[in-house]
Parts: sequence; C-alpha cells; structure tokens
Amino acid sequence: MNATQTSWRRRLTYYFKHGDVLWWALITLSALVAVVLVLWIGWQVWVQSAESRHAFGWAFVSPWAKPAWNPALDKFQAWPAIYGSLITALIALILAVPLALGIAVFLSELAPPWLRGPLNYMVEMLAAIPSVVYGLWGIYVFLPLVVVPVGKALEPLGGLPVVGELFQGPTPASGFTRLGAALVLVIMILPTIAAVSRDVLQAIPRSQREAAMALGATRWETVWKVLLPYGQSGILGAVILGFGRAIGETMAVTMVIGNSAGGGYSILKPGYTMASIIANEFAEAVSDLHTSALMEIGLVLFVITLLLNALARWLVVNRTIKRA
Amino acid sequence: MQPETAVVKVSAGAQPAAAEADTKMLINGVSVYYKAFRAIKEIDLPVYENRVTAFIGPSGCGKSTLLRSLNRMNDLIPGARLEGEVLLDGENIYAPGQDVVDIRRRVGMVFQRPNPFPMSVYDNVAFGLRLLGLRKKSVMDEIVERSLRAAALWEHVKDNLGQSGMALSGGQQQRLCIARAIAVEPEVILMDEPTSALDPVATLTIEDLIQTLKEKFTIVIVTHNMQQAARVSDFTAFLSMDDDRAGYLVEYGPTMELFTNPRKKLTEDYITGRFG
Repeated sequence: MNATQTSWRRRLTYYFKHGDVLWWALITLSALVAVVLVLWIGWQVWVQSAESRHAFGWAFVSPWAKPAWNPALDKFQAWPAIYGSLITALIALILAVPLALGIAVFLSELAPPWLRGPLNYMVEMLAAIPSVVYGLWGIYVFLPLVVVPVGKALEPLGGLPVVGELFQGPTPASGFTRLGAALVLVIMILPTIAAVSRDVLQAIPRSQREAAMALGATRWETVWKVLLPYGQSGILGAVILGFGRAIGETMAVTMVIGNSAGGGYSILKPGYTMASIIANEFAEAVSDLHTSALMEIGLVLFVITLLLNALARWLVVNRTIKRA
Repeated sequence: MQPETAVVKVSAGAQPAAAEADTKMLINGVSVYYKAFRAIKEIDLPVYENRVTAFIGPSGCGKSTLLRSLNRMNDLIPGARLEGEVLLDGENIYAPGQDVVDIRRRVGMVFQRPNPFPMSVYDNVAFGLRLLGLRKKSVMDEIVERSLRAAALWEHVKDNLGQSGMALSGGQQQRLCIARAIAVEPEVILMDEPTSALDPVATLTIEDLIQTLKEKFTIVIVTHNMQQAARVSDFTAFLSMDDDRAGYLVEYGPTMELFTNPRKKLTEDYITGRFG
C-alpha cells in the first residue's frame, strides 16, 4: 500500500515537473471540443427540423415523391435539391479527378525544378480564391463563354433512352444551369485534389521509384503501375475531400445554378443544391415550417457528409490494413 | 590506380578461376559529377563475367555512385553527369541513342533497404515480366517459381503467393527483391549494400545466395563490411577519397590478393581497420 502510494506520488511529481499533466489536459480538451461541436450541430439541426420531419416524413427526401416547393402553400419536398447536389458534385468529380491527377503527377514527377515552385504556387492560389469571386467570374465569363456552348452541344444527347433525361434542352441563354454549377465546381475542387494528391505522391519513398526504374520501367510505367497504386488510399482521400468540398460549396453554386425548385433531371436546366437552397431562402423563410424544412435539408447534408467521411475512413483503413 | 597491372596480375594466375573469366563490363575513365561537385574521378575497372566484384571503401568515397553508374540509375538524379564510358559487352551504355530501359533490364539492381512493392509476392516478381509484355499465365507462373527458388524464398512463400510482399521479414523482403530482379533475367546484378539493413542470419543467407547466383549472373556488390567482401567476392576494388572529396580507385585485384597482400599502404591501413 505504502509502496504503491509512493510510486503513484512519484509518478505524479514526475508528470508535473515535466508539464505532462497540463499538456495532457490541453490536448484532451481540444479533442473534446471537436467532438462536442459535431454533436451539438447534429442535435440542433435534428431538433429544429422536427416540424418538417413530422409534417412530411420520409417523402421529404424520396426521389419518388411528387416534387413540390411552395412556401405559399407550405408544401416542401427536398429531392430536387438533393439531386442537384449529388449530380453537380458527381459531374465535377468525374471531370476534375483525371485532370487533378495529371497536375499532381506533373508537379511531383515530371516538372523541371524551376517550373515546380511557380506551378505549385499557382495551384495553391486557385484554392485560395474566395468562392464569391468564382461565382462572379462564373456569371460574367464562364457561363456565356463555356457553359452555354457546351450545353448546346450536349442537347442532341437528349434523344437517347434513359440518359437522355440528363440532357433535355434547351439550354437557357444565361447559362444558369446545373451544368454551369458542376463546371464551376470542377475548377474549385481541382486544386484541392491536385495539391493533396501531389503531397501523397511526393511522400512515396524514392526507393519505390528506383525499384521500378531498375526493372526497366519507363517514367510513365513507374507512375501508373507503382506510384498511383502505392498512393491509392491517399489519393482516394483527396478525391473524397474534393467531393466533400463540391457538395458543401454554397456561394459560387448559388450564383450560377439558377435557383429553381423545379423538378426534372436535366443538367441543362436550372436547379438547386442543398447548400444553395438554404443560402437562398433561409433569410426570407415565410413560415416556421419553411424554416424547419430548410433545417431538415441541413440535416440531410450533414448526414451525407458524415457518411462520406465514414466511407473515406473505412476505405483508407481497409486498404492500409490489407497492405500491412 | 593501375587496373591494367591488376588485370595482368590476374592473368598471371593468382586465382586461376578468375583468370579465365571474360570481361562483362568495363569502367573506362569514369568521373561522375553532381552539378559542380565531382563525386568520383577517373576510375578504370573491369567487371568479370560470372564473378563477384566488390566495391569497398570508407563512407562517402563514391562506391554507390560508381555502382549506380553501371545501370544509369544516376540519370534519375537532377544535375548528375558522367564523363568517360561504361562498356557492357564492349558497348558504351552512355553512348547517344542507347535505350536506358533496355540497359536497366540487362543490368538489374538490388538496393540497400528492401523495397518490395506494396503488392502480392507473386505480383512483385511478375512486375518486370509484365513490363516486358509477358501475359501468358503458365509462363509467368513458371518464371515466378523459378525466380523465387533461385532467391531461396520459394519454400517460405509457395503456399501463399498472394500475401503482401511487405508482410515478409526484412531478410525475406530482400530475397523477394532479388527474385524480382532476376525474374527478368538480367546479365549483371548490382547490389548496393544489400545486407546492411539485415540481421546476421539473414545476411548469411544472402551471402550464400550470392555464391549460387554468380553461376548464372555477373554480380557487383557494394559493401561497407570488409569481411563480407572477403567472403563473397572474387575481385575487390578499394576506393577512397582525396581532400577534394572525390572518390578514386586506390587498388583493384583478386580479393584474396588484395586482402592478404595489398600493394598500397592505404589499402593495408583500411583492411586492417586503421581508418575508415
């Protein structure tokens, strides 16, 4: 008893002397802050969306329910906004990932040293531009110069079975469309994915490159068959980070998507995303139910983001364990 | 610094087996620069076929640089430049128009730290073969097995070729890297301190392996361990560096001779442990 007490006291003295207890307490507190914040936000959107959840049930988020968004009649249904978020983020990802990987490979493997610094800087600058600036640039430059012609070019695809639904024209002359939002998102998530993937590639030990080269691999083969597989979990993390940014992006999307609660699946039509409908209507919500419905959209966005992160974590851990 | 003399000495019959060997590679007045810094200067050295040639010398004397100039691995380092020539079967591998990829296939390499790819044992060994465009499963299976046997690893992994190469022990990983290197049937295998990251038992296994491998391949090994050079090699080149920190060849000859009867004072000091 006496002995344990002494050793306990000695250990405590030791911790105090080296500042360990204080350190430990600070770190634990910081970690707790993060946990508490997440739980708090989740609880808030849950509670405040109660009215909407009771009024509409699962039909609120169902793709098969009749789309309706009418504040005057207090009728709300979120599917068009959910669809808008998913389709714009997905298109953005499909276009941005190959491009971003190309940039990452170039920056990490191919660029001559004198070009590397300036290029890295430019890519990071792209990530630092405020989204409202992307929005403005989108409205005045990108929509008329790129989105409208691309939209027009895609219209003939509207005749195809099934996927034709995505390309029902005509494209509005203003360019305010889901496609416009998706293409602006491409530019916005590009630097995120590129910069993280570049860091992943650069962190791969030189010995891996040498092993491949010594077997007679070309640069291209080294990148394709060794570096990308080696960095796959990190790159996957980068992609999911990009998807997270795309689905959560608010300002720029609100400025270019046209903000229409209309249904339909065409990317050549204006629409809403979850983030943009909240940003657009929250301040002017006419009824408690309207506010509550927007809160419920917030809840859906929150849950989707959580699931996405869980998926990312699961993929990364799963692959890492398999490898080790 | 007189490889010519050394070669004469060999043919004079210090080690009869060595005398009959053909020259596989010839290092001819080679200097390597990293930007302005000269890492090694004017080295002349033969590498005999089906023999083990060891490079020894103190840290920083350019042993690895010299080794890596034999399959143009230095090309990967920005600012690296080579003067002189390196002949492989009489042909300068630095001549314009030489296919680096082909040279590296003919002159394989095993590194200081085992560096298997994060893929299965099978895929590790098959990697080089797939680069060469081999697709046929039966042929691939056969070469993978043969290579793993030659690297004395087959018995350990034959029941689970799908396991990750990174799950093996350090010594097994290094043998996997050897299997990977020999699968593409190179003519020369370069080994850059292949046992420095391994425990003594694993080291002995690799040393035994080198003895078997030299029947089929020409081997060049860099080692900081003089006992290892004495145990495994037929020829030894001792490198040191001057005040300008550029590595140069002090002495080259049959290993037995160099270790028992060094011609240079510096060599004697080094192998008896008085410096380095």
